[in-house]
Amino acid sequence: MEKYMFIFIGGDVSHMSPEAQQAHMGKWFEWVKKLQDQKRYASGEALLPEGKLITGPKKTVTDGPFAESKEVVGGYFVVLAKDMKEAVEMAKECPDYVLGGVVEVRPVMKFDM
Amino acid sequence: MHTNPERQVHELVDHLFRHEAGKMASVLTRLLGFGAMELAEDIVQDTLLKAMSVWKIKGIPENPSAWLYTVAKRKAIDTLRQQHLHSQHHSEISDALKSEWTLAPTVRQLFLDNEIEDSQLRMMFACCHPSIPYEAQLALTLKTLCGLSIAEIANSFLTNEDTISKRLYRAREKLREEKISLEAPIPAKLPGRLNAVLHCLYLLFNEGYNSSHPDQLIRHDLCSEAMRLCLLLIGNPVTNAPEANALLALMCFQASRAEARLGEDGSIVLLKDQDRTRWSRPLIEKGKYFLEQAAEGDEITDYHIEAAIAGCHARASSFEKTNWGDIEELYTILSDMKNSPVISLNRAIAIRYHVSPEAGLKALLAIEGLQQHYLYHAALGDVYVDVGDLAAARASYERALCLTSSIAEKKLLQFKMERLA
Repeated sequence: MEKYMFIFIGGDVSHMSPEAQQAHMGKWFEWVKKLQDQKRYASGEALLPEGKLITGPKKTVTDGPFAESKEVVGGYFVVLAKDMKEAVEMAKECPDYVLGGVVEVRPVMKFDM
Repeated sequence: MHTNPERQVHELVDHLFRHEAGKMASVLTRLLGFGAMELAEDIVQDTLLKAMSVWKIKGIPENPSAWLYTVAKRKAIDTLRQQHLHSQHHSEISDALKSEWTLAPTVRQLFLDNEIEDSQLRMMFACCHPSIPYEAQLALTLKTLCGLSIAEIANSFLTNEDTISKRLYRAREKLREEKISLEAPIPAKLPGRLNAVLHCLYLLFNEGYNSSHPDQLIRHDLCSEAMRLCLLLIGNPVTNAPEANALLALMCFQASRAEARLGEDGSIVLLKDQDRTRWSRPLIEKGKYFLEQAAEGDEITDYHIEAAIAGCHARASSFEKTNWGDIEELYTILSDMKNSPVISLNRAIAIRYHVSPEAGLKALLAIEGLQQHYLYHAALGDVYVDVGDLAAARASYERALCLTSSIAEKKLLQFKMERLA
């Protein structure tokens, strides 16, 4: 098994009612549960939309949000998959696509080669 | 969190977000002042968004409600500090919010369980303020206390989002102009205000039980919200009036039949044809209990009578064994209390079973003011069938068919017409 990172981008739910938000969250729980049951879920973190941006040789610090909400990284998972093909299939089950969300699938680099 | 195998996927309580949205909005509005109702709702929305984005990845925290309140509290304290809202709002807590020493403790205090309930009660009285129209009271209650979205409210009332938004806007403007605060009304003014609140809950329940929505005959969510809020009134000694108990009894009796009232294909099952073993016994028992509690005072309200009628049906082991004599009498009392052709319609139906179909038909034909109501023509059709006048029955069913928007009601009428042939 190799490690892959799923980076979650966008997937705005701010227009949804509390009820609909909760229902959407339920879909995430089901997905995470499935990954865990299959022993594919390694770790994950959620990122808040606020933050700081440091740029340039002068190390200029500016306030987030960094981009439009549809481009904000909301969090990541590290999962275990046989290969990229399987990782992509797993990532296709993320519930956010209907909301315009994007998932970036990246292989985690190994150093002990 | 996710790693604990004992935690289940669907562990999050049903409607948690919706219920907590209503609670937080009530507390925050009390904190920030009625003029800042939208601001309070923004904080609620932000809080839920934060929960959503963290929980979906990290799992549900041990105590989800406490987690939400912690976030909402922090946001409220920040907002109060930044905006100095307290300088322009008047309430029993505004002094405490002026000092940095008492600000945070006051905010924390208001998020305690009993204070949350108190805030919800105050909010109910404010939303059902008699100075705003009933439709707006309903919309405001649904939005603020029940956490329904504008789209969901528009959906329940078969109107568009624009109409609901305007209704809410005007209602909030009115509340702001009149400087209505979230104070519980003083005891002397309570009866009048309580009537408005009860009426609002009554309408809310009816909208759920007799939904005007084409696809959904019963909206259980609206019914349970109405019952939850009514129970809140009863739980507080100041608002625990006999008529509130009577209304809750009525709701319990009606709700006990909700399951049996819907066929497998979503069609209506009439009282006559309902499988009475599917009626909820616990709800019927609760109904009886609250009806007993309602007998405390000297005053008899229409909720008392309606609950007594619903109780008669609930007690009957079969349609035939229903005490139609009592029901007719209760409808007679009710029509003396408030003159409504719908009550006369129900009374006529009771007469039909208690006396004879001919007497029922006579009573029905004497009713004025229901020519545009499908229920009237549907009832006429039924009685014409019983007296053997099938041509008149068909004409009445056709008239009823033109007057209803509900798909389930239409199906039922079509079924009845097919049976005539």
